[in-house]
Amino acid sequence: MPARTLFEKVWASHEVVAETADTPAILYIDLHLTHEVTSPQAFTVLRERGLPVRRTDRTLATLDHSTPTDRAQLFGEVPIRLESARHQVEALERNAAAFGVELLGLKSDRRGIVHIIGPELGVTQPGKTIVCGDSHTSTHGAFGALAFGIGTTEVGHVMATQCLLQRKPKTLAVEVDGRLAPGVGAKDLILAIIGRLGVSGGTGHVIEYRGSAIEALSMEERMTVCNMSIEAGARAGMVAPDQTTFDYLQGRPRAPQGDAWEAALENWRALPSEPGASFDRVMQMDASEVLPMITWGTNPGMVVPVTGTIPASGDAVFQKSLQYMGFEPGQSMAGKPVDVVFVGSCTNARLSDLREVARVLRGRRVDKSVRMLVVPGSQQVKREAEAEGLHQVFLDAGAEWRESGCSMCLGMNGDTVASGRYSVSTSNRNFEGRQGTGARTMLASPLTAAASAVTGRITDPRELLA
Amino acid sequence: MEKVSTITSRSLVMSSTNIDTDQIIPARFLTTTTREGLGKALFADWRYDAEGQPRPDFLLNTPEAVGRTVLVAGRNFGCGSSREHAPWALVDFGFRAVISTEIADIFRSNALKNGLVPVIVDEDTHAWLIAHPGAEVTVDVERCVLSLPGNREVSFPLESFARYCLLNGVDELGFLLSRMPAIEEYERRGAK
Repeated sequence: MPARTLFEKVWASHEVVAETADTPAILYIDLHLTHEVTSPQAFTVLRERGLPVRRTDRTLATLDHSTPTDRAQLFGEVPIRLESARHQVEALERNAAAFGVELLGLKSDRRGIVHIIGPELGVTQPGKTIVCGDSHTSTHGAFGALAFGIGTTEVGHVMATQCLLQRKPKTLAVEVDGRLAPGVGAKDLILAIIGRLGVSGGTGHVIEYRGSAIEALSMEERMTVCNMSIEAGARAGMVAPDQTTFDYLQGRPRAPQGDAWEAALENWRALPSEPGASFDRVMQMDASEVLPMITWGTNPGMVVPVTGTIPASGDAVFQKSLQYMGFEPGQSMAGKPVDVVFVGSCTNARLSDLREVARVLRGRRVDKSVRMLVVPGSQQVKREAEAEGLHQVFLDAGAEWRESGCSMCLGMNGDTVASGRYSVSTSNRNFEGRQGTGARTMLASPLTAAASAVTGRITDPRELLA
Repeated sequence: MEKVSTITSRSLVMSSTNIDTDQIIPARFLTTTTREGLGKALFADWRYDAEGQPRPDFLLNTPEAVGRTVLVAGRNFGCGSSREHAPWALVDFGFRAVISTEIADIFRSNALKNGLVPVIVDEDTHAWLIAHPGAEVTVDVERCVLSLPGNREVSFPLESFARYCLLNGVDELGFLLSRMPAIEEYERRGAK
């Protein structure tokens, strides 16, 4: 057998029926994560056809996208203000109960952003196929799982059959060697990769991130990298499981235990791409050349170093993008004023991200012109951050400390940036209106976000870390 | 799903590249629990002003938009969020086909499940379409051919199963359910 990639092994072991010229493969799905926004219409289809959720043991639901981040609404002391969001939350509560699906609901201490709780619980594991009606499902690929976002019709397919019809994608190796410099993190690395690949450079491909710089990343950093694979057009990003992966998973509530753990380890150790395995495409990067990055435009590929300048010229889309952002060609990014700083989302709302933010904020204050929101990725992250006193650092600095959820990443729950205002956000999309109609989003790392909050201007975090 | 065989319309052209699904339908419209009626939210932030009034200069608000079913869009249409609300909104508005040089993976998959035909064409054909808004075109799913004025025809790639489903109005769920014995056999062999 020729040398195989990580992706090929996971794919092959999940083919119920291999693809032919006439039909796609039937791919078995080990884990289906679901949330309130992309599931209601799928449950409706099941009802119309009289179908059950076939494998409730492989299905896990939570509430994250449209949930409030203030305590009183979240815990039911007052009704959820946004009526449509309340209905959606109630719909998932009803559907989960009716179909026997486990729901980590509003009051659960395990609730959180779907891509944060999967790893936290240990249900995200190497070699699994994982899907969710959410494009950032690519996050789970950090564990060597094949994880990708699907639409609501496919959510229904998985609920009814535990399978999807899929054509086998191509493979793209992103090889990153060298070491990230101090003050430069996983978010900067993935923004730099997207800047190189472009926002459709990964279309039709599964990315495997590999090389010494990737191996050196923690699990939380690998999740940040894999999370944004979709921003380069790739449905999935993967990292080979290794000791870092196993150490993260061991002892997690739903990770295998005892003999099952040993058996799992043996399987997982056989997953990495074999020497000589070939990829359809290869891209190489030197991590040591990556600088703190920030976006200047309206897609994640429009990105430069924080110390850099907006390109001097471009096409009509470039012009439209700058007009939306209120920027001029050739301007420096550093020093631009900031109105809102959002620390949160499935990209950067894990404990390590919050520690980075606290590193900058400790003993400092958020500039009086800035509203800063810190939204932990899960209730567990919230508890852990509070146990370390991080929340006190944020509060002392003048930032808001909230309950977990997607929040201002997409503003579905009413946490929005006002029209025309500038936001430095640790989230994943700077599309027009993403954080609210007319909102102007600049994507950056937790360090850069925190540094910019302190000065009220786009700031290279290395200036405050010296 | 309704059968789709040919679609003939004058084109509407939105030449911007990388039109993401947040533009096609902004997140605040995703709190719905049904799939109907989303056409009014299609391109909402481009289509309406702050008071909710239609912007007269936006393409979909112009008189020529009425009744057109083919959208020609810039490269990488439908990138970003996996929301199926995007094709639901496009179909509810009346679109039946989207033509571009590149269409994002998840959007394409979602489009096909809703009878919205993704048509990928070469750069030259695309440039011609962009330069000729309102051109009468026909998307022939049976032959995988896009017909342009002057008896010009260009073929487009369409995965054979997707083509079969469009032509016969077959939905994939029925197909998957018919393969349940194979799925059960896979599970007996010991799913990971």
